[in-house]
Amino acid sequence: MFDWLQSFADWLIYDVIGIATHSKLGDALNFFVFDTVKIFILLFVVTLLMGTINAYFPIEKVRSFLTKRKWYGLDYFVASFFGTITPFCSCSSVPLFIGFVKGGIPLGVTLAFLISSPLVDAVTVAIFFGMFGFKTTIIYVTSGIILSMIAGYILGRMKLESLLTDWVKQLLINKQVIYEGEAEVSLSFYKRVPGILKEALEIVKGVALYILLGIAIGGIMHGYIPTGFFEAYISKSNPFAVPIAVILGIPMYSNTAGILPIMQVLVEKGIPLGTVIAFSMAVVGLSIPEGLLLKKVMTTKMLLIFFAVVTLCIIISGYLFNLIL
Amino acid sequence: MKIKVLGPGCPKCKTTYNNVLEALKQTGIEAEVEKIEDIEEMLKYNVLSTPVLMIDEVAKIKGRVPDINEIKQLIKP
Repeated sequence: MFDWLQSFADWLIYDVIGIATHSKLGDALNFFVFDTVKIFILLFVVTLLMGTINAYFPIEKVRSFLTKRKWYGLDYFVASFFGTITPFCSCSSVPLFIGFVKGGIPLGVTLAFLISSPLVDAVTVAIFFGMFGFKTTIIYVTSGIILSMIAGYILGRMKLESLLTDWVKQLLINKQVIYEGEAEVSLSFYKRVPGILKEALEIVKGVALYILLGIAIGGIMHGYIPTGFFEAYISKSNPFAVPIAVILGIPMYSNTAGILPIMQVLVEKGIPLGTVIAFSMAVVGLSIPEGLLLKKVMTTKMLLIFFAVVTLCIIISGYLFNLIL
Repeated sequence: MKIKVLGPGCPKCKTTYNNVLEALKQTGIEAEVEKIEDIEEMLKYNVLSTPVLMIDEVAKIKGRVPDINEIKQLIKP
């Protein structure tokens, strides 16, 4: 799919700039040009696609979809699935949480949505696709959905309602009449295009610097670290590699853009792919800032349970990936 | 005209608020602008994703940052 781009990178680096083929500098530069252009094309396409779906399925629609009928457990899937196409801003997590629970959506289902939304987002999907190819991306997305469902289900079964903060409990008891804002004027697809385009551009612009940095560092490592270098330290047989990677990933916040290009090089140099996927999930799925925001609605105990269950699910999937990949 | 910007104080909400002020300045339209950062207050408006831009109690924009031109269009008499 990207052969033309490789030819372009080869031509630019080896012919136009005139750096010798197979030199370390040439390899590093070639890698940088190829990856940068590829990632930006993919990023734009994926954000555009998700933006379009989202224009038709805004979060309000998802909520009414989930509350309108009985789902008999299928709602965990619906919530996790829609979580993947809904863009997530961690500052929306509290209003979203309350809005869902107050609307009558079970706590576990709400949490499933809250887990899957940041876990499988446009930026991560695009970069995964660019770095690791189609198959790995499908595995990432599918397991992201399954993981959210399972974690949401476990949390739902734990009956954590009593661990919500007091004002949320009050809010849920006093079903005061809530203001029904008038919906945004519905536009034809044609009229929506500029908005969707602009939004996609905004997202790309927002992560551009991280991607460039990540690819630059990746490019240098690609050229200078020998292949198989890490195999000696982090192999599939090391049982602690996955948990350590996951725990390291939690405090890192929303920087998949910069981290994944480096990860790709690490995989190339011998770190198991499953460990890398688990690490990325920890980076995007759980973050300290989001946790601090959620403290408004959850007591510390509930927040810790939430983080622990998700962390555990990510670690288990890390082991599973390493088994099957 | 009454304009409200709802959001818990994240960068996106601040940009929205500043864009509103700028749009008002550029058009010379007089309006009362209010920034709502209190979550409980926000929930009265049934907000699911922030920022939200409300003009005369009608939610015009939800969950994204409108740019200055878009706001100009919305506040045009």
